[in-house]
Amino acid sequence: MSRKINHSIPTDNEIILGILNNSSSTLQYLYKAYYPMILQLIINNNGSEHDAKDIYQESIIILHDKIKSGDFELTSKLKTFLYSVCRRLWLKKLSHKSRFSENIKDYEDHFEVEPDLAQHEEKDQQFVLMNSALTQLGEPCKTIIEDFYIHSKSMQDICEKFGYTNSDNAKTQKYKCLQRLKKLFFNLK
Amino acid sequence: MKSEIDLIKRIEAYYSHEMTAEEALAFEEDRKTNSALDHKVIAHLDFLKTLKSFGEVNALRVALNQIHDELDVDSLTEEYKETPTLLSVLWVRYRKNLAVAATVAIFMTLITLFSTGQFNSSEHGSNYSELKRDMENIKRSQTALIRNINSTSKQPKDISQYSGTGFILSANGYLVTNYHVIKDADSVYVQNNKGESFKVETVYVDPEFDIAVLHIKDTTFKHLATVPYTFKKSNSDLGEDVYTIGYPKDDVVYGKGYLSSSTGFAGDSIAYQISIPVNPGNSGGPLMDSKGNVIGIVSGKQTQADGAAFAVKSDYLMRAVNSISQDSLTQKISVNKRNTLAGLNRTQQIKKMQDYIFMVKVYN
Repeated sequence: MSRKINHSIPTDNEIILGILNNSSSTLQYLYKAYYPMILQLIINNNGSEHDAKDIYQESIIILHDKIKSGDFELTSKLKTFLYSVCRRLWLKKLSHKSRFSENIKDYEDHFEVEPDLAQHEEKDQQFVLMNSALTQLGEPCKTIIEDFYIHSKSMQDICEKFGYTNSDNAKTQKYKCLQRLKKLFFNLK
Repeated sequence: MKSEIDLIKRIEAYYSHEMTAEEALAFEEDRKTNSALDHKVIAHLDFLKTLKSFGEVNALRVALNQIHDELDVDSLTEEYKETPTLLSVLWVRYRKNLAVAATVAIFMTLITLFSTGQFNSSEHGSNYSELKRDMENIKRSQTALIRNINSTSKQPKDISQYSGTGFILSANGYLVTNYHVIKDADSVYVQNNKGESFKVETVYVDPEFDIAVLHIKDTTFKHLATVPYTFKKSNSDLGEDVYTIGYPKDDVVYGKGYLSSSTGFAGDSIAYQISIPVNPGNSGGPLMDSKGNVIGIVSGKQTQADGAAFAVKSDYLMRAVNSISQDSLTQKISVNKRNTLAGLNRTQQIKKMQDYIFMVKVYN
C-alpha cells in the first residue's frame, strides 16, 4: 500500500505524452487501468473475456493511432473515449451475431465515436490486404521488405542476414520484392 | 516491369538523398511536367506509409498481448461478472411465455366480465346486489306444476330465466316492480299466489329510480277487489317496524325488520336502508309499515355488509306513476286512497295482501 501512495497516477495528458514518446510503461499503465471497465461491459452484455480482449485492444489501437496522427484533442476523459469506442464496437459485433438489442447494459458515460471508427475500419481493411499480400509474397521477400521498410534496418544488415555478396544485388532483390508486393496488394484491392 | 522498378529506384534514391543535385532536379522537373508520373509517386509513398503503419500496428498488438498476459483475467472476470439472480434468469427465459399468458388472462377476464354483465351493473358499485332471482338452473317445484294443471290460465311452457316480485298499484291490473327485474326482457309474466300466470306489458320504466310499471293484458285476468293498502308520500322514521312480502322462492315469503337509515347504498337519497332478511327474488316487493302503508320497493342489498338491504322510497314511486301520461293508457291508474289494513294484526294484513302480490317472471 505505502509504495502505491508514492507512485503518482499519470494524468490523461501524461499518458498522451507517454504514447507520443513510445513509452512502454505508459502503454502498460493505460492498458491495465481500463481493462476491467471494458471486461465488465462485455461480459455482462453477452460476451466472453476473449471478446473483451479483442474489443479492448482494438480501442487501444484506435486511441494510439489517433494520438500518433497528431490531431488528437482531449475533449473528454480517455476513459470515456475508450468506453465509447468499445461500446460501439461491441454493439456492432452483437448486431453481426444478430442478437442486437439497443438497450445494452451501460456502466459509464459515453458519446458518439462514429467518425473515428469509420477511419479505423478503412485502415483495418488495408491492413488485412497488406497481410495477405505479404503472406502471398513468400520468403525471403517478406522478411527483406519487413526488415527494410518496417523495422528500418540498413541494407548492410540485410546483406549479411541473407548472405548477399554485395549490397547492389540485395538492393535489386529488394526492389523486385517491393514491386511484386505492390502488384499483389493492388490486385487484391 | 522494368520501368516500374526504375521508378521505385528513383523515388527511393530521391527521398534517401542518394541522388546528385542534377538528378534530383531532373526528378522534380519530371514530376511537374508529367502528372501521370506524379500520381505514381504519390501512390507509392502512400503504399509505403500503409506498409509502415501496418508494421507498427502489428508491433503494438504484440506489445498489448504481452501486457494482457500479465493480467489475471480470471479473477477480474470473477469480480466483475454480475451473477444474475434466479428471478432474472427465469424472467429472461420465460418472459415471452409470460407475456402470452398475461395477454390470455386479461382477455379471458374481460370476456368473463362482459359475459356476466359486470360492466352493465357498474352503476351500483360492486358490492350492491340486485335481488332478482336467476331461474335458469332452478326446477319448478312439483306443487307449482300441479297447480298449473288445475288452473285454467295459459302457461308458458319453458321456465323463466329471472324472477322478482311485483305488487298491484290499482285493481284494474297495474303492477309495479323494479326496473332491473324486467330489464332486457323479451316477455314478462306475472304469477299470483294461486299459481296462475298472466302476460303483462311494460307501461313505464324509470331506470334512475329503478321503477317499472306493468299492466296485465291477459283476458283471463279478472279485476281484483279494492286494493287494501295505500302509498305513503312522506318519509318514514328510523326504527320503524317494516315488513315485506315477496317471492324469493316459488311460494310467497314474509320478512320482517326495521328501517335502519334514511339513505340507501352509498348515501343514495332515493332509497331507505332497511334491516330485513331479503334474497334474490325479493326485488320489486312492497316494503310495508305496521299500519299497512307501502313505504318503498325492495330493490337490493349490500353484499359485504350484514343486514343492509335497500328499498326505493314510495315517494319516488308516486312521482313516477304521476309522470305517466294517463292518455296513453287503455285504463286509468287509480291509486287507492283508503287503507283497510290499519286496524288489523300482522297475519290478517298479510292474508289480505297476498292476492295483490305477484311473482314477476322474465323471459329473454
